[in-house]
Amino acid sequence: MNFLSLFVLIPLLMLLGLWLVKGQKGVRAVMVVGSSTLLAMAIALTVKFLMDRAAGMDAEMLYQASFVWFEPLHISYAVGVDGISVSMLLLSGVIVFTGTFVSWDMCKEYFLWFTLLSMGVFGFFISVDMFMMFMFYEIALIPMYLLIGVWGSGHKEYSAMKLTLMLMGASAFLMLGIFGIFYSAGGQTMNVLDIANHTGGANLIEFSKQCLWFPFTFVGFGVLGAMFPFHTWSPDGHASAPTAVSMLHAGVLMKLGGYGCFRIAIFLLPEAANELSWIFLILCGTGVVYGALSACVQTDLKYLNAYSSVSHCGMVLFAILMLTTTASTGAILQMLSHGLMTALFFAIIGMIYHRAHTRDIRQLDGLMRVVPFLAVGFAIAGLANLGLPGLSGFVAEMTIFVGSFENADMFHRVLTVVATSSIVVAAVYILRMIGKILYGKCTDPIQLQMHDAHWEERLAVIVLIACIAGIGLAPAWLSNLIQDSVQPVMDSVHNVAHNISQCNPFQ
Amino acid sequence: MDYTYTILILLLPFLSFLFLGLAGKWLSHRAAGLFGTTVLGVVTVLSYYTAFTYFTADRVDGVFQTLVPVNFVWLPFSDALHFDLGIMLDPISVMMLIVISTVSLMVHIYSFGYMHGERGFQRYYAFLSLFTMSMLGLVLATNIFQMYMFWELVGVCSYLLIGFYYTEKAAVAASKKAFIVTRFADLGFLVGILIFGYYTGSFSFDFTGNAVYAANAVHGVVPETSKALAAGGFILPTALFLMFIGGAGKSAMFPLHIWLPDAMEGPTPVSALIHAATMVVAGVFQVARMFPLWIQFAPETLHIVAWIGAFTAFYAAAVACAQSDIKRVLAFSTISQIAFMMVALGVCLPEGSFTDNHASLGYMASMYHLFTHAMFKATLFLCAGCIIHAVHSNEMEFMGGMRKYMPITHITFLIACLAISGIPPFSGFFSKDEILVAAFQYSGVMGWIMTGIAAMTAFYMFRLYYGIFWGTENKEYHAHHTPHESPAVMTVPLIILTVITCTFGWILPGTFGSYVSATGEAYHIHLDWSVAATSIGIALIAIGLATWIYSGARQPIADKLQATFPRLHRWAYKRFYLDEVYQFVTHRIIFGCISRPFAWFDRHVVDGFFNGLAWGTHASSNGLKTLQSGRVQQYAFVFLVGTLLLILMLIL
Repeated sequence: MNFLSLFVLIPLLMLLGLWLVKGQKGVRAVMVVGSSTLLAMAIALTVKFLMDRAAGMDAEMLYQASFVWFEPLHISYAVGVDGISVSMLLLSGVIVFTGTFVSWDMCKEYFLWFTLLSMGVFGFFISVDMFMMFMFYEIALIPMYLLIGVWGSGHKEYSAMKLTLMLMGASAFLMLGIFGIFYSAGGQTMNVLDIANHTGGANLIEFSKQCLWFPFTFVGFGVLGAMFPFHTWSPDGHASAPTAVSMLHAGVLMKLGGYGCFRIAIFLLPEAANELSWIFLILCGTGVVYGALSACVQTDLKYLNAYSSVSHCGMVLFAILMLTTTASTGAILQMLSHGLMTALFFAIIGMIYHRAHTRDIRQLDGLMRVVPFLAVGFAIAGLANLGLPGLSGFVAEMTIFVGSFENADMFHRVLTVVATSSIVVAAVYILRMIGKILYGKCTDPIQLQMHDAHWEERLAVIVLIACIAGIGLAPAWLSNLIQDSVQPVMDSVHNVAHNISQCNPFQ
Repeated sequence: MDYTYTILILLLPFLSFLFLGLAGKWLSHRAAGLFGTTVLGVVTVLSYYTAFTYFTADRVDGVFQTLVPVNFVWLPFSDALHFDLGIMLDPISVMMLIVISTVSLMVHIYSFGYMHGERGFQRYYAFLSLFTMSMLGLVLATNIFQMYMFWELVGVCSYLLIGFYYTEKAAVAASKKAFIVTRFADLGFLVGILIFGYYTGSFSFDFTGNAVYAANAVHGVVPETSKALAAGGFILPTALFLMFIGGAGKSAMFPLHIWLPDAMEGPTPVSALIHAATMVVAGVFQVARMFPLWIQFAPETLHIVAWIGAFTAFYAAAVACAQSDIKRVLAFSTISQIAFMMVALGVCLPEGSFTDNHASLGYMASMYHLFTHAMFKATLFLCAGCIIHAVHSNEMEFMGGMRKYMPITHITFLIACLAISGIPPFSGFFSKDEILVAAFQYSGVMGWIMTGIAAMTAFYMFRLYYGIFWGTENKEYHAHHTPHESPAVMTVPLIILTVITCTFGWILPGTFGSYVSATGEAYHIHLDWSVAATSIGIALIAIGLATWIYSGARQPIADKLQATFPRLHRWAYKRFYLDEVYQFVTHRIIFGCISRPFAWFDRHVVDGFFNGLAWGTHASSNGLKTLQSGRVQQYAFVFLVGTLLLILMLIL
């Protein structure tokens, strides 16, 4: 048994444990033990991966294992990790761990779904079989409906339905895309590596077929990555979701989109990526600015952060489509960075909402004096969001901009400059929000009664801040880890670049 | 000489920030203040030691060597480009070390008295430490990206410190404005860096390893990369100018200056440190840092910088003449003086334009003025702090006749005023004179413009001086609480800074240029007496004019002037309504005409489409469900009709 499978097995054991235990204490015990184990494993995996890479294990994916699961369709349970998935597993570990502490008072059923969702996420990142990836993706998706619909707030039924339907619609596209790739590559294997490297019975996918399936897979994953104009599920969904679900959703689930786009759309269909990237670049570039500008006038904290996520996640897809190693590395860094800081944001917004019973910016005032710990955490999240050096956002954004600028033509240049302007808009909406809710004088009697964070909330906030600052202060190891894994993908993209016709009308 | 220890200069304030930030809650005010000040004292000692060993070391070919004791890759981008962090010692960075550590130490000591008993005292010292670290990191940067990184950090420190009194609405608004305006300018800086990095293949300040520089240095040799050649034409000037936009934002050049007067909402020692002596000169420092490229590849663009500087200097001086808030007057005076430094850099000409090798005199003059200005402007702000501390107001109408109550403040303020007006033997005279010489060397027009602005400087500074220390005393207001001199912890830093101002110019006559000059070679400053005499004369006339108008108990002439030109006074007082223009653009146009429609579009059109899709599905299934009614008669009817139709089709 490959040890990577533990990432799926532990959540399964947690589910079993949750089912068996009685009382809040038991639930908490299972969750704390389980999520800590997952986090510890993610850290251990990262260390092991780095050591093995240093020791010269330079296969594209390490720790691979494969078992045939369904012979007629060549579906197998195949796992393996590279630097990108390792960093994503690390992110998921942190978010699940902190999410557990943030939802400290939730009931057993909630945690059951929460754990199932986590299992889907972890499974997705260790899979190298397209069908398994798709399956775990669906496992992660369905609990979201119940978590929002049952434990949410506001228009929760509407939001839950909207989110699920839109993401299901995307899955339909995705499934078509995956089967399309499978059959176009010869119908012999679902393994991502085999298809990309034309081994294991897979053949080169014809150019026309690539161009056919690229939009399906890219849009399919792009919807989850909040690609403009398919992002509208995100503000409603986040606003209605309970705190830890918002964290997990924005922190990890949206990363499934970016990861999928990179791993399937770009990696398996490189010629089409070269050919068609411009269409999606325009969409994502629009999304970056559009999300930021829309965030400027929001009044609900969660909506504001959701639009800011649209902007930041748009940046992820934008960078992936730039098709340079540096930009793609930046994209993965941005996923990590955005995952952590948005989780911190949602966690603190949830804590404030829980106490003040409102998320309306206009009704909150002077929280710095009332709840200093939460307020400082919030300010740090905000500063990370607007790209303060020393925190993770800066590292990711700079890598993306430098990478994007490697494309020397006017089209990419203009888009890059447009995307950089979002950092100014980010400063506007973040400082507006901080100024309105943290500064000033608090007069509302309910808000004056607010108590500062409990120990479990403090723990979650401190862990997230430590991760954000850790990446921000010492990014080189992470950047190297990711870059080594991005390189082969970009090589395959660039190797085919010369034998296609550039159809971009802007070039 | 091993300079590796210089890393402590950055590390110590950073650790101090972490300690005060995390543990500050459990420290007493006294302990926190002492801790921060002690750490900074150590940093100052290290800086002075570094400066001493650096400037006394042997020169190589008559030039101080550029040393890089520490440098490591912080974030790799690609094979060629990487983001390094390190420490670079060269004459201007070492000079800046002295400026920053001196002023910062004085401000640390001074704040003990000024911030006494304030809530958030520990936080204040934590931010001061962070700021000092960032500013030192900025000047010691080995590459443009590191500069940008610390540039952003000083911006955030400035934001945090302006908004120190965060329960005040005005402070919050001012801090936000400062950050956003400079952020906007930094966008130019960032794009400039991206262009620069792409075409030259390096972010480093070591321009000799830079592709464009190399291509140009070796004439007739085709460089390996054609993009490097192309960059020589217009790309490098573009990149430099974009970087300058970032510098213009930080250094408050017109029209990006609007944040600086508002930044005076912060505590006064902060204004002295950040918004007078150090952070606001970052733009000047940046241009000076890139100077070898400017002068070689973009001399024409450099002259644009000069003219922007000249206009800013004039505009700010004009506005300063009409302000009533003493810190605002000082803020506009800062803008004007920084513009002087910018002009000095801008009027430089490529080497060889003159036979007597002074083509880059302006570079030295600019750095010289940066140094002296930091000292006397910090004095002025700290004095203003003492006055505000005594009067509890910023407005001149509540002052007047303060010389009786605050003798030390009075004398130090007067000396600083004389220095800024360019009266010998104070340091400002020497540096301003060099700037004027450089300006005359560039063109007579520029020279006379700058001389005129220097006269305006003398005028508004003495208007301020008389307004505070002479004139009618506001007895009614002073009756509530008699103003008194500040405690020694506040006056001693004033005296120290004043001593530097008094002596720096003449005690080492002409030596500044032998340490800092454009080429690195020693340049002996000699006064050009024709220029000096003119500027002293004009300054004296301006001071006399100010004395005539403002020194009396009543000011009939001032009132009459104001009555004769009401509109001019009003416009100048309102800073020519630039703030209102910005307000209109950001709130009405960007928020009202872009953001709001975007948000509406998102909720109604984009979202409406998906809701419409859902509704459409719902409606069509509603329509379809009538087919599945469960009534056998209906099924039978449809079945019959269908069969009939089929039969008919077959027959026909």
